[in-house]
Amino acid sequence: MNKGGLLAAFLMAATIVLVIVGTIWPAPSALAYAGGQHLFQSSATPEDAVNSLGQAIQAKAWEKAYSSLANKAQFTEPQFEHDLTGYYSSLLTYATLDHFDVRPLHSSADNADMQITLYWSTVVGLAPVSRDIHVTKNGDQWQVTWPVAKQPVVPPQVIPVNYLRWDVIYPGAGDDWGTQDVEAPHVRIVDMHPVQRAEGVVIMGELLNEDVVPAYVSVSATLLGKNQSPIATESSFDKISHLLLPKQVTPFLIRFPDRSLAGVSGIRMTPFSTLISASADPVIEIDNEHLNPAPDASLTGQLINQSGQIANVAHVIGTFYDKSGQVVWVADRYVDTALLPQTPVPFSIHIPEDLARTISSQRTTVATYSEGGAL
Amino acid sequence: MRRRFVFLVATLLIAAPCIIAQDEAIQAPKSIAAGDAFAIQTTGSGKAALYIVGPNQVLKRDVDRGQSISFAPGTLHNAGHYLVILKTDSSSYTSEVDVLPANAPSELSFLARPSRLPVGLHDGITGAVYVFDAYKNLITAPASVSFELSNPSGVTQTHVVQTHNGAALTAMDSTQQQGADKFTARVGDVISTRIVGQVPGDPCGIKMSAKPSGQQIELETEPLRDCSGNAVPDGTIVTFTETYAGAQTTADVPLKRGIAQVAMPAHNGAMLSAASGVVLGNQIRWETH
Repeated sequence: MNKGGLLAAFLMAATIVLVIVGTIWPAPSALAYAGGQHLFQSSATPEDAVNSLGQAIQAKAWEKAYSSLANKAQFTEPQFEHDLTGYYSSLLTYATLDHFDVRPLHSSADNADMQITLYWSTVVGLAPVSRDIHVTKNGDQWQVTWPVAKQPVVPPQVIPVNYLRWDVIYPGAGDDWGTQDVEAPHVRIVDMHPVQRAEGVVIMGELLNEDVVPAYVSVSATLLGKNQSPIATESSFDKISHLLLPKQVTPFLIRFPDRSLAGVSGIRMTPFSTLISASADPVIEIDNEHLNPAPDASLTGQLINQSGQIANVAHVIGTFYDKSGQVVWVADRYVDTALLPQTPVPFSIHIPEDLARTISSQRTTVATYSEGGAL
Repeated sequence: MRRRFVFLVATLLIAAPCIIAQDEAIQAPKSIAAGDAFAIQTTGSGKAALYIVGPNQVLKRDVDRGQSISFAPGTLHNAGHYLVILKTDSSSYTSEVDVLPANAPSELSFLARPSRLPVGLHDGITGAVYVFDAYKNLITAPASVSFELSNPSGVTQTHVVQTHNGAALTAMDSTQQQGADKFTARVGDVISTRIVGQVPGDPCGIKMSAKPSGQQIELETEPLRDCSGNAVPDGTIVTFTETYAGAQTTADVPLKRGIAQVAMPAHNGAMLSAASGVVLGNQIRWETH
């Protein structure tokens, strides 16, 4: 037998051996995906019970997770699933559970309070959701009492909405050269402020749509070296509200990781705007905004959808000012539940500890996405 | 010096027979207008091929020498410098023709910018006109262009500008009244029209009123107008802010039918304000008795 034939025979034998090993002693995760039960831990301790529940949620084994609950008689399995992933389309609808943390709060011989933080992997990054849960001992096993959040019910009603909407017609392909085009919206940077942070250079500011039409906007910045040559260019990406209605202002934040202001002699700002079809609805009221001091400095509040249309995803952006009114930080947070009409939804935006003491005021803006609409 | 003079004279004496030979073989017009009919006279006898080579165009005709070759109107329509070559079996003769743009303008390329601007801007509207003949040749001869900007109420601005190298430029003020203005450029009886939208500027001020509505305060602005009295268009965002006991409530509300209105929680001692873009409105302190 030549060398090639020998290698082929060896590979075939090795494959057969590995298949046999995998069948007799399967990996837990493989078994779980194959419908087996051995992935989940036993529930001999409160931590084990919560971990087992977290693993079931991660594997989207809703039936297994639901059946392990102590209070499952209080709600149905679909209600449990919707409690985790949302009743209406939202950021969590298409998310998967990346990982989870379990933290004990209190425990006794047959009762325990735990906190589970679920880190959902969404299209805009990780979305952590924390739940305080009660665990009780039932025989030699511990069971989780799941705190199902009551879904607010919007009473049946008719909400009149006078839709204000802009549409754009561009020149056609057959039009002559020199044919008048529709003017791009006029936008202006009304504030800009570079700062040096530990992670690099950060440029923040505010952009105003001074036109009478809606604008899709973004801002890019170029750092210039000592000889005025470009060092680096970055854009605001999602640290901005991209849709600006007439006379609306958005903050923006641009990061230059691992750059130092010491080597920068100038900054070239380039605002970009283009016409976009848009609707003036929904109107979102931001209620009860609070600046919470350090430690755990944050901006908290509630979003209230004042329109009849459901806003599926809300992007909350906070602009923070010092006493002189200068922008000192811009932070954002996506809300992971849909905004139903007249139904408050809380939000919390983290503020860096070192900046918390310099902040004296803030302004919050919200960009929303509705199914079939635009940001 | 003397040697140079002798060299120059000798060169002219050698070249003269060739020049004369060319003139004798082809007699072409020095210049024609684009699209005009013309004829080229040839001399001598025998068969030859006539070539006319110019910008984007090459013509070839088989001719009998000694005849006049006629070209129909529209044969040469691109303005520029053309080379005429008469090629026989043994020799070739050349001549030149300049095709000039026709004097009659037929088309205007009118660039008007911007298509939308706030009212009351000095030199805010610019217009550039390029004058072309029927064959899209740029007419470089000076021509008078009349620019006219008229608003819906009939107020008209007129500027007359001479073209320079085929182009004329102007700048106009936007008027005080919003609306779709007609911006025209005219050369002779050729007219090109553009529409320039003049839109209201920033609100001149924001006046807001507040009244109780159950557990809430209803805030409403008066109809917003710019400093020229034009109504600020619907969709313009007015930001309402309520500040109370270290907390704040805000809402970005679009104007609808000229006004913006919103309901906010009623807090005793709350400070209420409104703003649109960089324009601030009045403040109201909310007191419940």
